[in-house]
Amino acid sequence: MIAARRNTTTKFQKKITPYLFLTPTLALMFVLMVIPIVMVIRYSAMDNVIMNKSPQVIGFSNYVRILSDKNFHTAVSNTIFFTVVSVIAHMAIGLSFAMMLNTTVLSNMTKSFFRVIYVLPWVFTAAIIAILWRLLLNPNGVINYFLESLGLISEKVEWLGSRKTALGALTFINIWSGYPFYMVSLLAGLQGISHDLYEASEVDGATKVQQFFYITIPQLKPIIVSMAMLDCIWTMQQFSLVWMTTGGGPIRATEMISTYTYKLAFSKYEFSMASASAVLILVFSMILAFVYVKSQVSRD
Amino acid sequence: MNSQKEKAPIWAKILLLIGLCIGAVYAGFPVFWMFVCSFKPNTEIFAYPPRIFSDAFSFSAYAQIFRDPSKVRFFINSYFVAGVVTVLTLIVSILASYSFSRFDFKFKKILNMMIISVQAVPPITLLIPYFGLIVALKLFNTYWALILTYMVFTLPYAIIMMTGYFNTLPRDLDEAVMIDGGSRLLALRRVLVPISVPGLISVGLYTFMQAWNEYLFALTLTKTVEMRTVPIGIQLLMGQHSYEWNEMMAMSILGSLPVVILFLFFQRHFIGGMTAGSVKS
Repeated sequence: MIAARRNTTTKFQKKITPYLFLTPTLALMFVLMVIPIVMVIRYSAMDNVIMNKSPQVIGFSNYVRILSDKNFHTAVSNTIFFTVVSVIAHMAIGLSFAMMLNTTVLSNMTKSFFRVIYVLPWVFTAAIIAILWRLLLNPNGVINYFLESLGLISEKVEWLGSRKTALGALTFINIWSGYPFYMVSLLAGLQGISHDLYEASEVDGATKVQQFFYITIPQLKPIIVSMAMLDCIWTMQQFSLVWMTTGGGPIRATEMISTYTYKLAFSKYEFSMASASAVLILVFSMILAFVYVKSQVSRD
Repeated sequence: MNSQKEKAPIWAKILLLIGLCIGAVYAGFPVFWMFVCSFKPNTEIFAYPPRIFSDAFSFSAYAQIFRDPSKVRFFINSYFVAGVVTVLTLIVSILASYSFSRFDFKFKKILNMMIISVQAVPPITLLIPYFGLIVALKLFNTYWALILTYMVFTLPYAIIMMTGYFNTLPRDLDEAVMIDGGSRLLALRRVLVPISVPGLISVGLYTFMQAWNEYLFALTLTKTVEMRTVPIGIQLLMGQHSYEWNEMMAMSILGSLPVVILFLFFQRHFIGGMTAGSVKS
């Protein structure tokens, strides 16, 4: 009988051990991930929480208000522009830098010198990138000087201060700060492509351009797809860089969904509206993440 | 035939070098400009035409930062928070990864999926409930508010990476210790962790970098100047007095230094680890 009991306890122990190792992770994730998500969904269904002492459940009307808000539409279209242009440019720049660095023509010393320079933008945090580019793009700054002396502009442009140029300038900054991630991954991918493929195609008389489109791109496709998905998720959520360079302005010219949500919560104190908007971002992100995970699983 | 291929025509080489240099200007010039501006007096930042080196070259912007205890405090805060986050993330992720790698259990698949998808949760979504939650937990304006929230974002990646790493190590290794009467924790500490040092370095670096660079939660969950971290400190400089550009650039250089040094030292680990995570996971 004692033996039997011991048997069941060890069985129980065996069952529970993996969860014991996971306890710290699960506890943290429960308190700071599951509970907050439930909270934000609940907030979004109420009239103004936090500011209101006894908030009432009002269903979906916050969502209706958000979805019919003109400023939200502006934020969505800015976010789409910002995300799509950033992702495409990241990929183009990342791939061309990676291909240049993957050459057999130059010595390893030269290549690693350039690689370190190319990776540089990656090590800076959003606060620093924002300040640095505000200096560079200042009307009296060095970029205007270069463009003026090259005759490309006739008068000083307020890149981040004018409604016409702000979104483009902000996207440009985001492109600069984000391409190294692609470059590094694509470089690893390029080094993994077998040389036999290129040699065989050369025997068949393929040109460099054909090699690029029929060997390089298809071989890199899995990396490109997963990087683009991740980048979409991240860029769509970008807050810090936008907040510190333009703050969404001038007059909402660079308003993103993230800054729109932040302002609703922390400058207008419309916490329920902000929650509804935050839940919408969550849903978009989750859809993209689902597609991403699916594409990962189908590859394995 | 092979030797012919090695010898690329000279014009191709030159073209490639020109391309590389254009790329280097695009990538490196802004950083170079930040560097030189940190040594200029503030009045010469927007000198026309711009000058690379000023006659009044000085370290005064740096000296000003070191002389101001509230600015030094930003650095102490950032080092402390990022350091604690890194250590805790490593410990917690080692335990979790051990479980994912060495056991089969009922909810393994679901939990694993959840940890992967948690990475896509937008910080801004969590920000609003966190504000109330952190106040309710009495953690508002404390180090723990930042440490715990950062771990929510650093843990998933660390767990995914470390699980992958442990999966490459044969089970016989830890089973040998257990046959000799050792516990699982002993096997983990004596065998698995020591072999996994390269993986731990890359995960640790990434974690440190994320914690060092975080902005949104540091902005919202702390309030007083003595609790602020470097990214917020840099931004506070913008508002404080009328744009001390040289000081902001010096602060930026100092603020990136830890990451740059870590990066240069462990480049190989870092890039290898990052890509393994992003590409395969």
